[in-house]
Amino acid sequence: MLRVFLCALVLTLGLAPASAQQPKLKVVATFSILADLARNVGGDRIEVTSLVGPNGDAHVYAPSPADARTLAAAQLIVENGLGFEGFMERLVKASGTKAPVVVASKGVRPLHDGNEIDPHAWQSVANAKLYVVNIRDALKQVDPAGASVYDAQTRGYLAKLDALEGEVKATIAAIPPERRKIITTHDAFGYFAAAYGLKFIAPEGVATDSEASAKAIAAIITQVRVEKVPAIFLENIIDPRLMKIIAHETGARIGGTLFSDALSAANGPASTYIDMMQNNIRQFSAALASS
Amino acid sequence: MYDFFLAPFEFEFMRRALAGTLALAFGAAPVGVFLMLRRMSLVGDAMAHAILPGAAVGFLLYGLSLYAMTAGGLIAGFAVAIGAGLIARVTELKEDASLAAFYLVSLAIGVTIVSLKGTNIDLLHVLFGSVLALDDETLILIATNATISLLVLAVIYRPLVLECVDPGFLRSVSRAGAPAHLAFVALVVINLVNGFHALGTLLAVGIMMLPAAIGRFWSRDITRMVLIAVTAGVLSGYAGLLLSFHAGVPSGPAIILVAGALYALSVIFGRVGGLVRQLFPGRHLEA
Repeated sequence: MLRVFLCALVLTLGLAPASAQQPKLKVVATFSILADLARNVGGDRIEVTSLVGPNGDAHVYAPSPADARTLAAAQLIVENGLGFEGFMERLVKASGTKAPVVVASKGVRPLHDGNEIDPHAWQSVANAKLYVVNIRDALKQVDPAGASVYDAQTRGYLAKLDALEGEVKATIAAIPPERRKIITTHDAFGYFAAAYGLKFIAPEGVATDSEASAKAIAAIITQVRVEKVPAIFLENIIDPRLMKIIAHETGARIGGTLFSDALSAANGPASTYIDMMQNNIRQFSAALASS
Repeated sequence: MYDFFLAPFEFEFMRRALAGTLALAFGAAPVGVFLMLRRMSLVGDAMAHAILPGAAVGFLLYGLSLYAMTAGGLIAGFAVAIGAGLIARVTELKEDASLAAFYLVSLAIGVTIVSLKGTNIDLLHVLFGSVLALDDETLILIATNATISLLVLAVIYRPLVLECVDPGFLRSVSRAGAPAHLAFVALVVINLVNGFHALGTLLAVGIMMLPAAIGRFWSRDITRMVLIAVTAGVLSGYAGLLLSFHAGVPSGPAIILVAGALYALSVIFGRVGGLVRQLFPGRHLEA
């Protein structure tokens, strides 16, 4: 019995390297959305790790020593740029990695959020297509042998993104123009707003996730009434019970969960970039469609 | 004048909040007076902690359901109160010590259950009710509980007063003492659960005890003390909401802060045992 088992073991061990393809290219992306884009370009030829995982917030991310190790082992590093990953420059230096760093947002026309550059460029599908092309070019440079594969996969994915952009535009077009505005604390939709013509209004007075004051609630209610906003998306800061009260008093609808800076976990509603965009436009159209 | 004192209540959520705090003051303040007179002022705090895990379990099992959280809180509160009372009666341990033991264990069980379930929701955040978010259901529940509380209090008023003043005499003339005591503990639990829906667990005790302490400084008569306590509670609720509206202070703490300010004023100027009265006794003492 033992002998049989040992034989089997030796056979498996012997066979394993033969059955595997050549080792995969190790790509590290800074956050989940970039990782998904890279996966769609690289397919089976690459193995993508994301420093900031699904549902993680890259704005406040604190890198760990394990991240430095991941970077050191990487063959290509993908970052968003536009000042999104404040931690990257030092982390790359500290890790001593030799891998080239590709800035995925290269060529994007930056929007400004006050005095600062708004880094959330991927919220416009046109920009995401630029991202994909940048990632493809970087992969081709690091791994010339896979160039044709990368080209083919990129072509296929860009076609899907084109379809996605058509869907986004059609969904927004179906919303009556005077209803194309929401109140939300998500500050990541600047590019979406510019590209597709939906107005995002920040709520007045609400800043913290601690207990709300009567002043803040009154300010939001007044704002919804004055600007005739059809829907509020405040799921990430306000107690659901308070949202119900605001909706009840103003007649505004309560929006569902939006994803902007990170994908959801694999079983969530926004596990890929395309799913994320589709989830968001579904939420917008459900909340804004005329009754 | 109108803009400052009445205009805020053009918002429906402010009217709801006001109605909620009024009901709360009417229910909780009288109970607080009796807790204070029986030297059980801190029992309220212990009970509030005992309720927390019950409500937490209700929340974990059924989500943000009003009735599940209320039922959980009531069950945990009653279990701790009755358990502590029983042990105090059949063993040597005094009631405060057994209550301390029970509520600490109850709290530990609650925290354990929450961590076993492993949600990353900030439970305390959920368990802090907000007076600004009272929907019809919650408002009706609070008002019903306050009404029941007042009615029960009216029924057990006499034995309760007697037990505060002269428990020995009560035992000699009547056997109403024990049931009255049980009913009273039930009232404490019900009002704490009420306060917890509107103000959150930590501040629920405030709307119960602070008005009572205020009442103590203005009268020696129990009935008058109760009336003053209710008035102080109502005033704190109204002024606290105004403070929250104009100054942007969170509403729960604002209400308790106003009550605290009234308490400080009472400590200084109170007619019965206030500081000023003690330093400058009136002429009638010289006569």
